[in-house]
Amino acid sequence: MEVNIQKRVLAKNESDADRNRAFFKEKQVFVLNMMSSPGSGKTEVLCRTLENLMPDIRVGVIVGDICTTNDADRLSVTGAKVTQINTDQFGGDCHLAAHLIESSARALGCDDLDLLIVENIGNLVCPAEFDIGEDARAVVLSVTEGEDKPLKYPLMFQVADAAILNKIDLLPYLDFDAALAVENMDKVHPGMPVFELSAKTGEGIEPWLFWLRTKGQLPLLNQRFRRGL
Amino acid sequence: MHEMGIAQQMVTIALDAIPDDIENPRVEKLNLRIGKLAAVVEHSLSFCLEVMTKDTPLEGAELIIDEVPVCLRCERCNHEWQTEIPAFGCPACNNGQVTMISGREIEITSIELADN
Repeated sequence: MEVNIQKRVLAKNESDADRNRAFFKEKQVFVLNMMSSPGSGKTEVLCRTLENLMPDIRVGVIVGDICTTNDADRLSVTGAKVTQINTDQFGGDCHLAAHLIESSARALGCDDLDLLIVENIGNLVCPAEFDIGEDARAVVLSVTEGEDKPLKYPLMFQVADAAILNKIDLLPYLDFDAALAVENMDKVHPGMPVFELSAKTGEGIEPWLFWLRTKGQLPLLNQRFRRGL
Repeated sequence: MHEMGIAQQMVTIALDAIPDDIENPRVEKLNLRIGKLAAVVEHSLSFCLEVMTKDTPLEGAELIIDEVPVCLRCERCNHEWQTEIPAFGCPACNNGQVTMISGREIEITSIELADN
């Protein structure tokens, strides 16, 4: 006997993500999901981004790692509100699911935030599959990886709204072909903005910050005072 | 290894779908639709299901996977096409704003129960 089902397996995560979206909308906070492979310099990009945005823009960060609080400790120095999720307690998972974001966002409290950044677990496969209720997704690729990563992990680059090509200060010492990497990203996601920068030196950071401010309609401090927030 | 989480959800959905009035039910086949762009590795999924379904009516069920091709629609010229390669620009007008019509599915379509 055949029993018809016709159900999406990730439906529960999707409804959790929808609940998150409603919560973030109510709190008027813009949520950015940052993803990359391990070692691309995602935390360094975030540190540099926070340095430039704060204190004008009030930022919170949810950091996902399988183990350790090292990234959260680095980010706390910037003065941002930081909370850590260690998926180890949940079975050493490889991505952040929507229900984990829900509990962390509520614990962090979003009332006094303009921007919430989720630093996802370093992995180019699984996080692409799980909606967390974010407003935008950014993927970080670094010049110490292969130019063909966008072709190898197409879903990640397809679902991203923007990409960062990090560590460009190392280009003189590598055989990495930056133009080819950008071309590959454009094949997978034509028209996606790609920001070539060095989080270490700060070179190229401005266009990325401009994109983030514009995309998130992030208010400047003086505008916030005018709006009485 | 998000296949474990996916397998967990599949087991919950499949067990819920077994009619209550069947005595000692045994599921012979689990029919799935998986998009080619969904990040699901078949042998990882079948391993996870094997571990998770032990001592349940799903133990030993055969996985039948209908692979769904990646199909896209151009938002500018409405051209629709199927692609086998990770290049998602419109072949008709080169536009990059596209809608993915299929290719990301992870669905259970049905279960087949053994005749008692």
